[in-house]
Amino acid sequence: MKHRLKFTIKKLLRMALLLLGVSLTAFLLMDASPLDPLQTNIGQAALGTMSPEQIARLENYWGVDAPATERYLGWLGGVLRGDFGVSLLYRRPVLEVIGQRLAGSLWLLVCAWILSGALGLALGLAAGARRGRWPDRLIRGYCLTVSSTPAFWLALLLLMVFAVWLKVLPIGLSVPIGGGQATLPERLRHALLPGLTLSITGAANIALHTREKVIDVLDSDCILFARARGEGHILRRHVLRNVALPAITLQFASIGELIGGSVLVEQVFSYPGLGQAAVAAGLGGDMPLLLGITVITAAIVFGGNLAADLLYGVIDPRIRRGAARK
Amino acid sequence: MEPILSVEHLSVTFTRYGRGLNRVELNPIRDLSLAVEPGRVTAVVGESGSGKSLLAHAVLHLLPRNARVGGSIHYDGAPLTRERAVALRGREIALIPQGVTWLDPMMKVGDQLRRGRGGGEVRDRCRAALERYGLGAGVEELYPFQLSGGMARRVLIACAVADRPRLIVADEPTPGLDIRAAGRVLGHFRELAEEGAGVLFITHDLGLARTVAHKVVVFREGQTVDEVPAHCFQTGEGLTHPYSRALWRAMPENDFL
Amino acid sequence: MRINRRAGTLFLLIFACILLFVIALAGEALSKPAELADFARKNLPPCLAHPFGTDWMGRDMLARTVAGLSLSIRVGALTAVLSGGIALLLGTVSAICGPWVDALVSWIIDLVLGIPHILLIILVSLACGQGFWGVIAGVALTHWPSLARLVRGEVLQLKQATFLRAARRLGVSRGRVLRTHLLPHLLPQLFTGLILQFPHAILHEAGITFLGFGLSPERPAIGVILEESMGYLAAGRWWLALFPGLSLVLVVMLFAAAGERLRLLLTPASAQE
Repeated sequence: MKHRLKFTIKKLLRMALLLLGVSLTAFLLMDASPLDPLQTNIGQAALGTMSPEQIARLENYWGVDAPATERYLGWLGGVLRGDFGVSLLYRRPVLEVIGQRLAGSLWLLVCAWILSGALGLALGLAAGARRGRWPDRLIRGYCLTVSSTPAFWLALLLLMVFAVWLKVLPIGLSVPIGGGQATLPERLRHALLPGLTLSITGAANIALHTREKVIDVLDSDCILFARARGEGHILRRHVLRNVALPAITLQFASIGELIGGSVLVEQVFSYPGLGQAAVAAGLGGDMPLLLGITVITAAIVFGGNLAADLLYGVIDPRIRRGAARK
Repeated sequence: MEPILSVEHLSVTFTRYGRGLNRVELNPIRDLSLAVEPGRVTAVVGESGSGKSLLAHAVLHLLPRNARVGGSIHYDGAPLTRERAVALRGREIALIPQGVTWLDPMMKVGDQLRRGRGGGEVRDRCRAALERYGLGAGVEELYPFQLSGGMARRVLIACAVADRPRLIVADEPTPGLDIRAAGRVLGHFRELAEEGAGVLFITHDLGLARTVAHKVVVFREGQTVDEVPAHCFQTGEGLTHPYSRALWRAMPENDFL
Repeated sequence: MRINRRAGTLFLLIFACILLFVIALAGEALSKPAELADFARKNLPPCLAHPFGTDWMGRDMLARTVAGLSLSIRVGALTAVLSGGIALLLGTVSAICGPWVDALVSWIIDLVLGIPHILLIILVSLACGQGFWGVIAGVALTHWPSLARLVRGEVLQLKQATFLRAARRLGVSRGRVLRTHLLPHLLPQLFTGLILQFPHAILHEAGITFLGFGLSPERPAIGVILEESMGYLAAGRWWLALFPGLSLVLVVMLFAAAGERLRLLLTPASAQE
């Protein structure tokens, strides 16, 4: 138990260090940008509606007078107190904007994450188990096609077919314009196509990697021995068990890609989520918001990696028992 | 005595890619014939990496798909077709593999021993098999990585004999064991033979083969070159084939003869 | 007897390269017609004279698509080579320059992988003031980690190889060992990595341009074309989005397939038929 705790703390420390690196990288990249947030149109408009303190702090972060290190440390100090600054676009605290947008995206992301994982695992197992035969060829063909397809183009196609041509689903917006209160079925209807797009693209990658792992396992001695002993249900009893660990890694590693995909897909469906906010922040020169989104997203990705590592300890008997003995 | 397993002119061929675009044929077994009688241990002795393991895989129909098999394999008087092999594996024909990597690393020993079948009778039989090789019931709860080399070997043997097979194919079951542990494992083979099973013992170690086997088949460069009673390798008498004589002379105690 | 798989892969690769070359050249030649507006023929659905239709300014979509593909291919090739270079450098350095450098590089890799690609590209592109070089830098800087890991693994493995240790013992200098022994072993892996990188690079370029951070709207990039088509979707002008996207998918697929087959050839187990 002590061993596990030490492992977790070590991982957490590494994660904190990485987050620091991410924020510094993002800050320096934005600082290097020739676009001055206070001079862009949105920035100008925003300045008018801000309190003097807010403007002063903004200049502290982004003004050209102070050296970059000082400004970064100022930002970092704010973050440690839970203050990510104020979004220029939305004129509200960054954390508030992110929270609201994330709540909108979370639906979409979690559904797509589970769906793509389940679909990818099933397809990968089916393809790997029938290697070289038609189900495998079919699934591999599907994966190759999908992974060669830009997610946003797939989104456009789905939009054309379901919203324009068949007219069964709405073109965009998870909330009807005007009314802030959307019913659950209404929300689902709007999240369906974006979720479908993300699931289809995400599943292809997971399926291909799962297939490789399944083939590795099927080629291993322990499967040969199981066959030599006339065991039935080899797929369920041995392959699934041995593919579980890599599948967990894949599943959690897919979070980053999923969020990346949501940036493009939300743009196509004008879905008011985190991804769309990131694009708006980037185009509008809303540096505090973009920086906040980058850090929060990275935290989610690293959190996913940490979760995978911890799950390993629960599932893998070598780690579980090894730790128990120490 | 009617052999339980007879292999005649077995050949195994692989097609694979060599350098560049060329395809090459690999022919690790070209002409292998042998017979295993019930109640006796037949040893196949050949150099490491000479393709002896393929014999075990061919008998059990476990060869990869790019392998082509020629010749004939008869089990219990009838041709051993794929369907028959599939039906008999693990019931009448058992494989004892090389080492612990052949166990599923993610599954407890007990579950692997029972092969997913429940029921008190299966449970008792598996426990008895473990006990026979000096393994307590606690072993059932262990994962393969927790077994020592000798324990793993005994678990593998227990796996094979839990169902009272009539033919046991042991593929290099002793590497990595010290002399005493190896001797114990080999003693188990002899025991199994005495209970009426035919044992095919594949090894590179002539010293081990001659102590445990009744009959030694010498395998070299894809072919069987000689088949002699094991005691011939004790004294050197009756060895006619030059390669067999060379093998015998290469034994440590015969250094200066 | 089955078709020789290796010969098939070689053929596919050569075909893919020739096709890319032809598209790149054709795109260059068509860059003028692609910009040619003719309001007499605007908004035509696909027909014989204009197989991909025309847009609201009467520009021929086939010409625009080919010009866009040509641009994508050039961007893709450039970024694949750049990120391959970064990967080779960091991967090798990380494998041979001791544990500290190794830890640092692996930390940087984790960092880059921690930010979703598209966000990092947006950031880098902003830092470079957007435009052509912003996209190139963004895509090149985000695509090296997996390849760098591969290179690192290969070099580490080679470092253990006896022939290399023997060469070092015989007094061959480090640089020479690197050149004469390491590089020839690494090149096939790196080459395959580059080819597999290429589709990703193209897709990300299209994505970032689609979002408005990439190539300027005046250029006939696929991302620009698709972004413009969004405004006409509801009007039912499906051809504006369908054909340019489909062409991009086909080009990317060709390369993904060739790269995948090449990768399979390099895994030792695939020598078995």
